[in-house]
Amino acid sequence: MKTLRLALRMLSRDWRAGELTVLIAAMMLAVASIGTVGFFADRVKGALSQQANLLLGADVLISADRPLPDTFAAEASRRGLATTPALKFNSMVQRASADVAGSGAVLADVKAVGDRYPLRGAILLVDEANALGTRARGVPGRGEAWPDSRLAARLNARTGDVLSVGDSVLKVTAIVQQEPEVASGMLAIAPRLLINLDDVPATNLLQPGNRATYRLLVADLAPRGAFDPYLNWLQRELKAGQRMENVRDLRPEVRQTLERAEQFLGLSALVAVMLAAVAIALAASRYLRRHLDTAAMLRCFGASRRRALSLFVIQFGVLGLAASAAGVAVALAGQQLLVMLLSSISATDLPAPGIVPAISAFGTGVLLLFGFALPPLVALSGVPPLRVLRRDLPRPRPGGVIAYLLGAGVIALLIAWQAQDVKVAGIMVGGIAALLVAAGIVAWLLIVALKRLPQRGVTWRFGLANLRRRPLASSLQIGALALGLMALLLLTVVRGDLMQNWRASLPPDAPNHFIVNVLPDQVDGVRAALKSISGSEVSLYPMIRGRLVEVNGTRLDTAQYEDTRARRLAEREFNLSWAAELSKTNRLASGKWFDGATGTDAGISMEQGIAESLRLKLGDTLTYDIAGTPVTAKVTSLRKVDWDSFRPNFFTLFAPGVLETMPQTYLGAVRLPEGTQSAAWVSSLVQQYPNVLAIDVGEIMRQVQAIVEQVARAVEFVFLFTLLGGLLVLQAAIAATQDERRFDAAILRTLGASRAQLTAAQVAEFVVLGSLAGLLAAAGATATGYFLSDRVFQIPFSANPIVWLLGIGGGALTVTLAGWLGTRGMMRLPPLAVIRQLG
Amino acid sequence: MPDCILRASRLTKIVTSGEAPLRILDDVGFDIDSGDTVAVVGASGSGKTTLLGLLAGLDRPSDGEVWLDGNALSGLDEDARAALRQRLLGFVFQSFQLLPALTALENVMLPLELAGAPDAAGNAREWLARVGLAKRTTHYPKQLSGGEQQRVAIARAFAGEPKLLMADEPTGNLDHSTGLEVVDLMFRLNREHGTTLLLVTHDGELAARCMRRLSLAAGRLVADERAAAQ
Repeated sequence: MKTLRLALRMLSRDWRAGELTVLIAAMMLAVASIGTVGFFADRVKGALSQQANLLLGADVLISADRPLPDTFAAEASRRGLATTPALKFNSMVQRASADVAGSGAVLADVKAVGDRYPLRGAILLVDEANALGTRARGVPGRGEAWPDSRLAARLNARTGDVLSVGDSVLKVTAIVQQEPEVASGMLAIAPRLLINLDDVPATNLLQPGNRATYRLLVADLAPRGAFDPYLNWLQRELKAGQRMENVRDLRPEVRQTLERAEQFLGLSALVAVMLAAVAIALAASRYLRRHLDTAAMLRCFGASRRRALSLFVIQFGVLGLAASAAGVAVALAGQQLLVMLLSSISATDLPAPGIVPAISAFGTGVLLLFGFALPPLVALSGVPPLRVLRRDLPRPRPGGVIAYLLGAGVIALLIAWQAQDVKVAGIMVGGIAALLVAAGIVAWLLIVALKRLPQRGVTWRFGLANLRRRPLASSLQIGALALGLMALLLLTVVRGDLMQNWRASLPPDAPNHFIVNVLPDQVDGVRAALKSISGSEVSLYPMIRGRLVEVNGTRLDTAQYEDTRARRLAEREFNLSWAAELSKTNRLASGKWFDGATGTDAGISMEQGIAESLRLKLGDTLTYDIAGTPVTAKVTSLRKVDWDSFRPNFFTLFAPGVLETMPQTYLGAVRLPEGTQSAAWVSSLVQQYPNVLAIDVGEIMRQVQAIVEQVARAVEFVFLFTLLGGLLVLQAAIAATQDERRFDAAILRTLGASRAQLTAAQVAEFVVLGSLAGLLAAAGATATGYFLSDRVFQIPFSANPIVWLLGIGGGALTVTLAGWLGTRGMMRLPPLAVIRQLG
Repeated sequence: MPDCILRASRLTKIVTSGEAPLRILDDVGFDIDSGDTVAVVGASGSGKTTLLGLLAGLDRPSDGEVWLDGNALSGLDEDARAALRQRLLGFVFQSFQLLPALTALENVMLPLELAGAPDAAGNAREWLARVGLAKRTTHYPKQLSGGEQQRVAIARAFAGEPKLLMADEPTGNLDHSTGLEVVDLMFRLNREHGTTLLLVTHDGELAARCMRRLSLAAGRLVADERAAAQ
């Protein structure tokens, strides 16, 4: 109790004397930046997913080939989630009035929906007055039918006409332009009819043998944390044949975009953690040096080692808790400001900030403080009391190897925790470790080189001797400075490049319509029509449907896949194609491209992601069942595919000379102008080639682009925090040796050095220090940028020479400026005062 | 016959620096009575400060023993020696050793607070008044002159009411007249409180004011003189 009170008093005295400013600033910044990123990422991730869910009409879709048990909906309602049922089946649809001739019956995808459909997004109806369509209110009523524009065109039906569906007769009251469930509908061949769920029994279509898909849409409209527990519950309850899908499972491009968005935000948080750790380590070691005398006096006055330790630990504990709490408060304010700045995100309802980021930011602060402050504290308590008589006693080392390992362990832990991605964490930890090792080697080389260098002029000699004098401290300082500079470079230049490359991978002229189901004899005609409307040559790719039946001679058992996505992919028919050349949006990941080889001997090229999901590897022999004919070939290469390029891409590609004779259709992608014109064009194409489908993916693209833009802006804001962190590290690294510099300067002045000489010596030292750190930082930033874009984001990397220029020049300049500012004041004081104060 | 507060026996300190072991103290022994004033004198490098460190239990001898108020220091661990210092010793240093982040008052309070003494602030205030600094309690060390800083240090040393006050060149960093004032103060408090005073100094004038003078040369005790009481 006495110790606690005394510790608090000592803390308040230190606070008042300004001894704690750097440490508190470092801690607050650490917690605030991690907290802001955490809060924001948490909320934005939620918002981004919600936006993506507009494409699905729900947050999650449960489907099965048999009716779903009532408990699924009941449990969701009990947990406060919204649900609505839906039912999908195929049926012939035709105009009911006998007098209408010619159009005949069309096979349609009938979707019967409950009253609350859709839970996310809206149904858009064709509106003569508005090319973008009008939002529908509700769903088709009893006795009503809403065909989509494709079906309406095929049936030549308009509002007021009557359709017969099974035994029922339904009246067309609206034409659907766009439905939220585009996500799962891209390759649905048949046009669609929307009806009321209650009309289904009367159609008499749900006979045994007619395949229907029963669905339950679930959404968390008023988030209270009930959604994830429900999903967990559902996961346990799902029986064979029942599937749970979200938008990520259904759309690879949305999935990839969301994942990249999360990675970008996570990366910003990581850099913040890294910088905070370094700043705290530097501030704590400065605290150690400045409190050696206090510790020695305490021991001299009779405090036991344990007492001294507990006095310091309590002070740090209180400091850590207070600074972390303040940091969390700053983070809350920061993320709110951020949300306000990003008006487009706040337009969609953002979930409230959660408690988890607060706890993790707080925990990070405390963990960082003790990871980096505990070793110096233990060292402090072990200061020999004899120091009060002999100032020249060696300083205690903060715990040696164990202390550094503790710190390194804490950083690795935090990074792994923040990244929640072993690969990203590995790259970051590897980058930091490599940088520190490089700093050590460079410092050592420097010492060797400086000894051999002809010594020119007292100022350079003295300045460089300073670096040489403490090899370990110098290399640590270079390492810390390099880390700070590297973070800044990563965040400015490399981040900019990454974002630009990301945006560029989604060009504004990306195709917005897929043309599907073109028969071989229609290829020339469709291609000509596409060229006339879009103004450019459009490629059509052959597509063959086939099911994967054997792997290495064994029948494929889809039950082996625990992951529902993998199982669904394996159960589905694959879209197969062939190609002689590797397309621009594909990159070879491993193996060998066909390069002129043909036939089944040349093998198969698989998309890497699906190969991983299905646990297929290079060299596996696969057998596809294509319209009853087995085709067997070896996997000879794996490809990476840029899904968000919105070009037609295939999971499986054969070499030429295998599939050409199989029944096939063609597909392509084209950019059409937005609005009525393209709607008119689509209907004329469909009338000319009734089997051809033109699918509008403009909505998906707009969503993906919106996500990219929002993340770009979010990262830019978070960057401000990390920038502050980087500057703080620079400041702390320079402050770490400031006292020694001041003392040296005072001694030199008593020896008659002029202020100009002193300044020159300091500048010499800082310039060397800064440019070396900058060189390392540029190398580190380039390497990290390369690894990140190549291994993590899978965006093409382009090296930027500006990094080197900015790194070396900027490093020398900022370090010199900051160092000169820090020591300038001291040059004015009489030397004796400095010696007395610091000696 | 007064008690023996401090006894040194065959104290030897050897440090190994460079190639040859260096004998800094060589077989030094003496007794100091309670209430005595003793000066340890000698040229620079004669081993004075080393001796002081050993006597205060701040360092361990290579050989020999120190008894502080009857306790053999070699039998005590670092923490037990610290506890003994807290109970018995006060220190005044050449470079004052005030903590720069603390005010004059807080510097004096610190050892009292460590010992858990009641009313540390009141006590410290009283001691500052006794050394003539009643008006400077809220000043920081860097706002005080050298003499004032040393007076704060003396107040700090006496505030714990130690039986034995050790001073290492207390006037070393002060000009002559300020040094005199500080010395006067120390001797006055010593008389008022019956504290034993052990000074390390090469200031002959200061040494002359002590009742006893121990002279060191090259690590050996070369003279032990008693002056006539003042």
